[in-house]
Amino acid sequence: MNLHLKVWRQKNSETKGHLVDYEARNIPEDCSFLEMLDLVNEDLLSRGDEPIAFDHDCREGICGMCSLTINGIPHGPSETTTCQLYMRKFKDGATIYIEPFRVGAFPLLRDLAVNRSAFDRIQQAGGFISARVGAAQDANSILVPKTDSDHAMEAAACIGCGACAAACPNASAMLFVGAKVTHLGSLPQGQPERERRVLAMVKKMDEEGFGNCSNYLECEAVCPAEIPVTVIGQLNRDYSLALLKDNL
Amino acid sequence: MLDPQHARKAFHAELCKKFAHPSNQCSHSIPRFCSAPSLNPILTTPKSSVNLLLKFWSSSIGKKWLVALTGLALLGFVVAHLVGNLQMFAGAAKINAYAEFLHANDKPLWVARLGLILCFVGHIVATLTLVKMNRAARPKAYAISRNVQAKISTRTMALSGLTVLSFIVFHLLHYTLRVTDPRFKTVAEGGQLDTVFDVYRMVVLGFGNPLLSGFYIVSVGLLALHLSHGISSVFQTFGLESKRSAQWMPTAGKLLSVVIFAGYASIPTAVLLGFLK
Repeated sequence: MNLHLKVWRQKNSETKGHLVDYEARNIPEDCSFLEMLDLVNEDLLSRGDEPIAFDHDCREGICGMCSLTINGIPHGPSETTTCQLYMRKFKDGATIYIEPFRVGAFPLLRDLAVNRSAFDRIQQAGGFISARVGAAQDANSILVPKTDSDHAMEAAACIGCGACAAACPNASAMLFVGAKVTHLGSLPQGQPERERRVLAMVKKMDEEGFGNCSNYLECEAVCPAEIPVTVIGQLNRDYSLALLKDNL
Repeated sequence: MLDPQHARKAFHAELCKKFAHPSNQCSHSIPRFCSAPSLNPILTTPKSSVNLLLKFWSSSIGKKWLVALTGLALLGFVVAHLVGNLQMFAGAAKINAYAEFLHANDKPLWVARLGLILCFVGHIVATLTLVKMNRAARPKAYAISRNVQAKISTRTMALSGLTVLSFIVFHLLHYTLRVTDPRFKTVAEGGQLDTVFDVYRMVVLGFGNPLLSGFYIVSVGLLALHLSHGISSVFQTFGLESKRSAQWMPTAGKLLSVVIFAGYASIPTAVLLGFLK
């Protein structure tokens, strides 16, 4: 199949970028979106041009490294990540806009690659459990109700790709932070640091310059891990209670 | 012999000295045993309710709380105002007596009015602050942006909010201050009202103009749109959202908005159709 691409090219964060037209010819329907970009890059290299920079790693939908906003939707029309998006989802001769994740807190590095370290810094602020748990123990020694473990597992599916912030009209990271807070706060091991965690993570989230949730629910729609937007409700509840407890 | 509490404290102080952080701050999780200043910002600030409010306001979630709380208060007014207005259908004597009752208790009335003005200002200031932060959070816009599941009521919050704001200004000039229509004076003053509180006659005269009635109906329609998003969002902001409540909340918001719209729109419609005269 043949495609018209409009790709965002930008040398670095200092220079101005713009959309550049490329023709992708003879693309097999069964290749993934990233493989299609690989083919375009090979073509560019053979002509002595600079290849298009984009993020990728595992290419099996679990690492959260690939990004791209395809035709205005982060991860494009795939149910999961961009690496799991196949060209058969597009029509022959289609025009495809490929832009980076546009979030102020994710500074652009080059072309389609952005720096998502802001998520790492939020995670480092409190998204962990430091309680000493000793050696691996018998699974039955800490009782976790099935509903709680399901709840935690659902939120733990977050791969931190940043699509939520990229899709949000306010560039809010609350689905990500909500997922981390819900995941760790639903398990017994996460209880001792539950309040400190949510206060520190929200503080960091605000410092990094993310926007605020206005319930557009776009994050939920694009999330490759299908994190439900109810984690934001949990985040709001935990944060408000923690702040109240911490100050009264 | 030292009691265990003191022993632990002493032991901890020794450890702290031994593994002192370069900044001479302590990063451990049990600050009550340690005299070194904590690295954790949450544990360093003194506890007070002023501090709580300041911290709450400075956080993104706190600002959302303010928008939600003031929004709820304003919703309360919208409902109370509707109940008062619907007395139009009970006849002129009933609604005029209600108007007289309100004005007879002008002290509580002014307390309520001041409260409303404060809520109004708070709602707008907090929203504008959030909008400013949200704009700054995406300095470079997408060339193509597409919504997947955002509802129309959500996407038009700014439009509906600003229209309602301008409508309220007009509405106050129209029926409260009565400066837009020379007929809204008593007969003695050259107008067409029997008494100062002849609200019934004033409303019938006012809504007799189809253009003006149309503007009122469109405005309360936009108010209902604003509320349908606002009501369901309040639950999320307060953290009352759960898997189960997420199912019925948007429906509840829509239902209440439709009731509010139908109630408010019924009055100009009834005047235009000649049911109220």
